[in-house]
Amino acid sequence: MLLIPCPWCGPRDEIEFHCGGQSHLARPEPWHAVDDATWGDYLFTRDNPKGLHLERWSHAAGCRRWFNVARDTVSHHILATYRMGEPVPEALQRELAAAAPRGAS
Amino acid sequence: MSALRLPSGGEVDRARPLRFRFDGRDLRGFAGDTLASALLANGVRVMGRSFKYHRPRGLLAAGVEEPNALVQVGEGALSTPNLRATEVELYDGLVARAVNCWPSARLDVGALLRPLERFIPAGFYYKSLMWPDWHWFEGAIRRAAGLGRVAGVPDPSRYESRYAHCDVLVVGAGPAGLEAAVEAAARGERVLLCEQEPRIGGCLLWERREVTGPVLDGEAARDWIAARLAQLQACPDVQVATRTTALGHFDHGALTLVERVAEHLGPQAPAQLPRQRLWQVRAGRVVLATGALERPLVFPGNDRPGVMLATGVRRYLGEFAVRAGERVVIFTNNDAAYATAAVLRASGGAVVAIVDTRTTPGDASLALAAAADARVLRGAAIVATHGDPALRAVTVRDATGRRERLEADLLAMSGGFSPTAHLFSQAGGTLQWDAASLQFRPAGGAASVTAVGDAAGVETPIEPCWRVEAPGKAFVDFQNDVTVDDVELAAREGFVSIEHLKRYTTLGMAPDQGKTANVNGLALLGSMTGREPGQVGATRHRFPYTPVALGAIAGRRRGELFHPVRRLPLHDWHAAHGAAFDEYGGWMRPAQYPRPGESRVAAEQREALAVRDGVGLFDASPLGKIEVVGPDAAAFLDRIYANAMSTVQVGRLRYGLMLSELGVVIDDGVAARLADDRFLVGTTSGGAARIAAMLEEWLQCEWTGLRVLVAPVTTRTAVLTLTGPAARRVLETVGTDFPLAADAFPHMTFREGAVGGVPARVFRVSFTGELSYEINVPNSAAAGLWQQLMDAGAAHGITPVGIEAWMLLRTEKGYLHVGADTDGTTAPDDIGWGHVLRRDVDFVGRRSLTRPENRRADRHQLVGLEPLDGAALPVGSHLRSTAAQRGSEGYVTSSGFSPTLQRWVALAMLRAGRARHGETVTVLHGAQPLRARVTAPGSYDPQGERLRG
Repeated sequence: MLLIPCPWCGPRDEIEFHCGGQSHLARPEPWHAVDDATWGDYLFTRDNPKGLHLERWSHAAGCRRWFNVARDTVSHHILATYRMGEPVPEALQRELAAAAPRGAS
Repeated sequence: MSALRLPSGGEVDRARPLRFRFDGRDLRGFAGDTLASALLANGVRVMGRSFKYHRPRGLLAAGVEEPNALVQVGEGALSTPNLRATEVELYDGLVARAVNCWPSARLDVGALLRPLERFIPAGFYYKSLMWPDWHWFEGAIRRAAGLGRVAGVPDPSRYESRYAHCDVLVVGAGPAGLEAAVEAAARGERVLLCEQEPRIGGCLLWERREVTGPVLDGEAARDWIAARLAQLQACPDVQVATRTTALGHFDHGALTLVERVAEHLGPQAPAQLPRQRLWQVRAGRVVLATGALERPLVFPGNDRPGVMLATGVRRYLGEFAVRAGERVVIFTNNDAAYATAAVLRASGGAVVAIVDTRTTPGDASLALAAAADARVLRGAAIVATHGDPALRAVTVRDATGRRERLEADLLAMSGGFSPTAHLFSQAGGTLQWDAASLQFRPAGGAASVTAVGDAAGVETPIEPCWRVEAPGKAFVDFQNDVTVDDVELAAREGFVSIEHLKRYTTLGMAPDQGKTANVNGLALLGSMTGREPGQVGATRHRFPYTPVALGAIAGRRRGELFHPVRRLPLHDWHAAHGAAFDEYGGWMRPAQYPRPGESRVAAEQREALAVRDGVGLFDASPLGKIEVVGPDAAAFLDRIYANAMSTVQVGRLRYGLMLSELGVVIDDGVAARLADDRFLVGTTSGGAARIAAMLEEWLQCEWTGLRVLVAPVTTRTAVLTLTGPAARRVLETVGTDFPLAADAFPHMTFREGAVGGVPARVFRVSFTGELSYEINVPNSAAAGLWQQLMDAGAAHGITPVGIEAWMLLRTEKGYLHVGADTDGTTAPDDIGWGHVLRRDVDFVGRRSLTRPENRRADRHQLVGLEPLDGAALPVGSHLRSTAAQRGSEGYVTSSGFSPTLQRWVALAMLRAGRARHGETVTVLHGAQPLRARVTAPGSYDPQGERLRG
């Protein structure tokens, strides 16, 4: 059971949270100018990295705020949490850049 | 008592004798005994039959690793299978049986199979019982194998759970654990010390200084334990939990413990105590002071009752004052076992010989042997055991190959030690093979877990002896009846991965999880395939360390609490008026209100007719209600709904569809514009929580600039829905402070005011096709208004309406029920909402509606069905153009018998259905296909005149 530091409430048990999958997805707009492939990618294509993954979680049984979680998918270590709209922490940006090729995120 | 019990010493209380019964025999023990120690003291040597071959088995060990002495404890509903006799604390009146044998462990009919055992090696069933079908054999095999039996009735015991937090969790209260706990406490840390045994002290309770090293034995050891315990108890932030086993280590320092609170008291346990308690602990770090488990030696006949682990023999002697045999042979490949000779001799037993596979035992060990008057046979091995059912003699082969028979009733063996690093492995740590000391030691990979004491590794001179080469069955895994031959067979057939070996032979499976077997098994596999044990590797340990009762995991979440339901504000009224309740979307709701002697179906028909002919009253309180407030509320809802909401005028209502980003219909409902910047969004009853969460996600994650607040308010008000041609007259009788005439309060508007003196918000919307008023009132006023409406409606034959009649009415009318008529592919156009495609703005799911899949002409579309054979069209029945056609063109989604139309009515999804009105289709159900005519959805009042009236 993960111990997730909610940026609003502090560390709480995983059962209080809901995982919303990959974070920093950009919704393609305007809708009439988006081709099928781009829209299909937005709907269905996700990163599946071994290692650092940026996810969005909501503190569903707590403050009900959504926030970002940087989690290592191998060790389950949580490297950082940061609020919605905040940029990816710099140290993680460097790590992401150094990691193997990955999809847009 | 039997001569085996020493007159003094040990932790048992000789002043408190206890009676117990095993396999029908009445026996006696003492307080402080385990069932195992008491049986041993009574001279019981056969305590069970083996899993596969029904071989007689006795105690191998004294602790949780015991693989043989599995017992069924207790009677009736409290009967518990597969407990290790070594873990069962004795209480007065305890009743236990051996498992996997009939009628008893000593006289077991299943043992008649034993002459066949050489014909049923590992994989026998997979290979032999394939023809004609495994299921022909499965019943008999399952009866012959298997262990204990479940009680077959619900467990009446209470189980509890609790959460705990600590800086340090110390697992194991032996010398190393006590030291670690005292150190941590001295630093001011919050400490939780858990010990699976009832007594604190671990091996200090039974070992002598030859084994424990710097710590003293006997009274000095007891003083040492008491002093440490006193130190711990003086610290406010230290908790010591006995009878508490750490079962699992999960992510981020989460551990699960199970505490046997009252289990050891048996049926006499005080009622206020739970039987067991599950702890969920979050620990900053974990100290494993879990000790080590001794390994058996693998030689022919090593499973005969009377062959035991040397540490087990010492523990029975030291902690329980039971000498497991009078004439003892010790068989070892290491120095640690020599202490056994010393303590047995000191207690008055005779040590016949120490058979050491090595040629050069340590000098200190030889001194111990000499003091015990024991011969030491160097470079020797035991090649056979004798006695039926229990040990009488062993055959030793010395270094020259000469064989000698030694009379003995106890063989104490030691094949080395395996640190109890299960939790370390579960925490993600790696175990590294130490080729010098022949053990897997905790290495890296689990930074927050530290192993101390024997859990870090046992230091004793040792040489490998993974098997004794001699004819006869030599067991590797006692609990699963896996022999050297089985491991050899697996290696020969290519099952050379340790994980494959486990699945093929069952080595390391079942309650035991290979506590005494795994390392011997993998080392043997390695020796057969030219690999070191470190190269073979160990299977990853997993939860739970020892078997745990499902009741402990369930805790209080049983019966009513397993899945708590919500009750309506008017629940008591419904119950008092004969409602038959069912669960709908987490709510207990009246399905019907059957009168005495009336069937549910008849009630439903009567209620539906009452709505069509007069008036009905329906409790719609669970309808989802979400307030959406803020300057951008209208713009936000324009993006959330597939149809526009910003054009709704204040005071008016609009039906709307919500889509997922995939363009699939996920919810529908009526939204009210309460003010320019305030909407009340209505959702389906089942969608209330889900849609509120979805709105939050869009606002927080995507459209963060919108100034909107979302407040789920479903349970703030009760909803009393008055429906039927007489609804207005009933409402007039009750009295409102706003006009009710159709032109003053038209369809799809709402009014706020007093209804029967109660502040209310009334919506004119209809799900039945009749004139309807959805009256929203505070929960506290609901019962009073409901009764007013019932009284006022009496003259019109008002009837409370259950949800089943409600669904029937909307099916007649052809109104969609999202989730029943739609599925995970249904797009707006499929249900007749194609006009949303003409909206040239973006909304959730908008782009997906233009995908090629959504533009296909042959999509499933909602239609009505009119049966041509007079028979029911059951939900789920598939549709075809003709009976001879293959495949399916659609299916029935809603169905019922209309008391108004006096025929069956149905809704269906049909391929290109909108263009097929008037066509006859075949409905597949049972042997005889039915015919139905395709119509527009809705058979009742297609012009909708009644609901506007």
